[in-house]
Amino acid sequence: MSEESADDGGYATRATIEVIGLRKRFGSQVALDGMTFAVRPGRVTGFVGPNGAGKSTTMRVILGLDAAEEGEALVGGVPYRGLRRPLRHLGALLDASALQPGRTARNHLLWLARSQGLPAGRVDEVVELAGLGPAARRKAGGFSLGMRQRLGIAAALLGDPPVVMLDEPFNGLDPDGIVWMRGVLATLARQGRAVLVSSHLMGELEGTADHLVVIGRGRVVADTGVAELLAAASGGRVVLRTSASAQAARVLRDAGAAVVATGPDTLGVTGLPDERIVALLARDGVPFSQVSAHRATLEEAYMELTRDAVEYRGVPAGEVTR
Amino acid sequence: MTTDLTPRPPATRRAGRGGFLATLRAEWTKFRTVRGWVLAVAAAVLVTIAVGLLGTAAPGPGGPGTGPVAYPKGPGGEAVNDNFYLVHKELTGDGGLTVALRSLTGVADTGIGEAPTEGAQPWAKAGIIMKESLTQGSPYAAVMATGGHGVRMQADFTRDTAGPSGAVAEDAARWLRLVRSGDRLTGYASADGSRWTEIDSVELPGLPRTVRAGFFAASPQAMQDTAAGTGFGPAVATGVFGAPDLAGDWSGGAWSGTQVGGDAGTSGSYSGTTRGGFTQAGDGFTVTGAGDIAPVVGGPVMGGGYSVENFLVGTFAGLVVLIAVGTAFITGEYRTGLLRTTVTAIPSRGRVLGAKALVVGGVAFAVGMAAAAITLPIGERGALGRGFRVFPVTSATELRVVVGTGLLCATVAVLALGVGTLLRRSATAVALVVASIVLPFLLATSGVLPPGASEWLLRVTPAAGFAVQQTLPYYAQVLSVYEPATGYYPLAPWVGFSVLLGYAALAFGLAVVRLRGRDV
Repeated sequence: MSEESADDGGYATRATIEVIGLRKRFGSQVALDGMTFAVRPGRVTGFVGPNGAGKSTTMRVILGLDAAEEGEALVGGVPYRGLRRPLRHLGALLDASALQPGRTARNHLLWLARSQGLPAGRVDEVVELAGLGPAARRKAGGFSLGMRQRLGIAAALLGDPPVVMLDEPFNGLDPDGIVWMRGVLATLARQGRAVLVSSHLMGELEGTADHLVVIGRGRVVADTGVAELLAAASGGRVVLRTSASAQAARVLRDAGAAVVATGPDTLGVTGLPDERIVALLARDGVPFSQVSAHRATLEEAYMELTRDAVEYRGVPAGEVTR
Repeated sequence: MTTDLTPRPPATRRAGRGGFLATLRAEWTKFRTVRGWVLAVAAAVLVTIAVGLLGTAAPGPGGPGTGPVAYPKGPGGEAVNDNFYLVHKELTGDGGLTVALRSLTGVADTGIGEAPTEGAQPWAKAGIIMKESLTQGSPYAAVMATGGHGVRMQADFTRDTAGPSGAVAEDAARWLRLVRSGDRLTGYASADGSRWTEIDSVELPGLPRTVRAGFFAASPQAMQDTAAGTGFGPAVATGVFGAPDLAGDWSGGAWSGTQVGGDAGTSGSYSGTTRGGFTQAGDGFTVTGAGDIAPVVGGPVMGGGYSVENFLVGTFAGLVVLIAVGTAFITGEYRTGLLRTTVTAIPSRGRVLGAKALVVGGVAFAVGMAAAAITLPIGERGALGRGFRVFPVTSATELRVVVGTGLLCATVAVLALGVGTLLRRSATAVALVVASIVLPFLLATSGVLPPGASEWLLRVTPAAGFAVQQTLPYYAQVLSVYEPATGYYPLAPWVGFSVLLGYAALAFGLAVVRLRGRDV
């Protein structure tokens, strides 16, 4: 095992999570239904789906907390429970509130460090990394959710793991905290680590995730790059801002475009590229102030994707909850 | 705000270092970093000491100015009663004493306003003795008839050998003979004075050349069961001896009469109308006495005194605290969800539980040891200062009690951890463990239950483990109340402890199976 040779660029071989055909049910409810995906190094993989889609269950199975009935989850090619000092392989933040309230943040990190054979000095390092500062000497029971998330990040980074897995890390963070968390995720990915971040709000991952695993009802709905997904969802729509919207609409419809009014002086145009629209308006002397290609939000893309998935599967969108 | 996460290789350690030791250090760090638990551990020590000392803080029996008293100690270091009426001369060198015991009778006061009861108590004794000196606890050998157990030879308090059975009567005298040859003393009995049976022969090493020898009588108190419990009343025994046949170098002059020990000791007493003494009629003697020549045992015959375990009565209170801590060490993790973090860091769940058991067990062991080691000297000194006796035990026994108290605490803490793992909830787990060990202990030893029920509880419940603290000896030749309420457990110290150990092992084993087999 090469666990002692972690350095820059040394993550690649171990920085993976492979989830292969996981199945699990709670009673009669199917929680995981053939869940299969992989997390690659050097990028942030968003793990997205509605509440109850199986995100947390999948993460628990990866960590060996829950047993799957079928399939397996590998961290760097090895089942989690086979790892000697697992926090040196995978740092996870599942529930930031899972703390003994009477223990200080620093002591919480200290026992974790002891369990991995890490020196106490490493605790001070991650306290700094997570920006806990002097709060580390206070009892964790008095922490705000934002502080708990920072403590959770500190714990996840304790073993300098090549794989980092965070469940809903943006929950409870204030705007400063969200900016900080995005920075952390980007940095971790840039360092070559594999980063898996779950969220039930696609918007949170906008500008953060490089890759998306979208799940619903215990299985993967889409496993795609963010750029491709947005391009597909944007669908060549152009936004036109003009004070003469009626005239503009007539001109463009005559040229074969579909035009809808999206505001008092904005039109959504599909069927014509933006440079052709500019040319047509200029030819007829229609005034306009802006022509721009519409960029779909990740949220929109996600809605479209999950709607398709639900229609395709033809079942109501009731969700498995635990 | 820093996002500078430049990775830094973790300090390299040899792979073999990790494993259980790292888990143990992690769990120990967890334990010591919760102030409530650390305070609880201190409280467990303090409450054990405080309850033990308060429970033995009765004002002294002798009133102001009473000096420290102690049980006389026999040659083996054991506490003894050495209180009897002796008619004696000095015998120098080898020799012998032969005499006929013509009758052994007794009188007992059984209650105020009731007529005294005639008859010798079962262990009333009259006979002949050779003893190093009149000092209590000095070595001796004696041949005697008893009220209910036939003729016997006894030596140095704990040695008891049965001779011919049957009671002494007008038409059935007992001839008794005791012969000294160097350090060896041999006792004989005969029904007719001509055909002799050897009862026993004992070596009393270091016996001086000149010893006290003569006739004695003693009777322990009369014990009777009443509706209100076991009652004791003053009793005396009277032996009528024929003409003695003396062999060897006996001192001249008249026979002297002495109440050895000055009074009747803790197991005997004179009533207002009886006292020790002797009369000489013709060549024979009539000797009357109360007391006993026997080891001290627990129960009423112990007199005003404490046993070592009396000072440790607070152990149950300390255990309640330790049970709460042992349970919280795992149920707290269930409640907060911290257990998932623990199992994420240490995927081997059995190892987690093993480390937890070692931590709470080790802490509880230290608590029990420390509390016992602190309480015993303070309690003993205090009791002695107030005029109480303290039942002497050997260093080995005292060590067993102190270490045993530590092990008792450790095992109960592990039991609580196991039950906490199984039930996952502090309140129910604490209630169950307290109800299974502390409650039976209190019921059984407080005397509120009949002795049979108490003994049953101390055999089958985890409270059997308290047996490891018992120090009082049992002797068949001493009548007393041998019950849990007087300090007598139905199981031997380590047997009782192993019952508790069995429960703890079972709970721990089930806990490991349960923790391994379920999602956390």
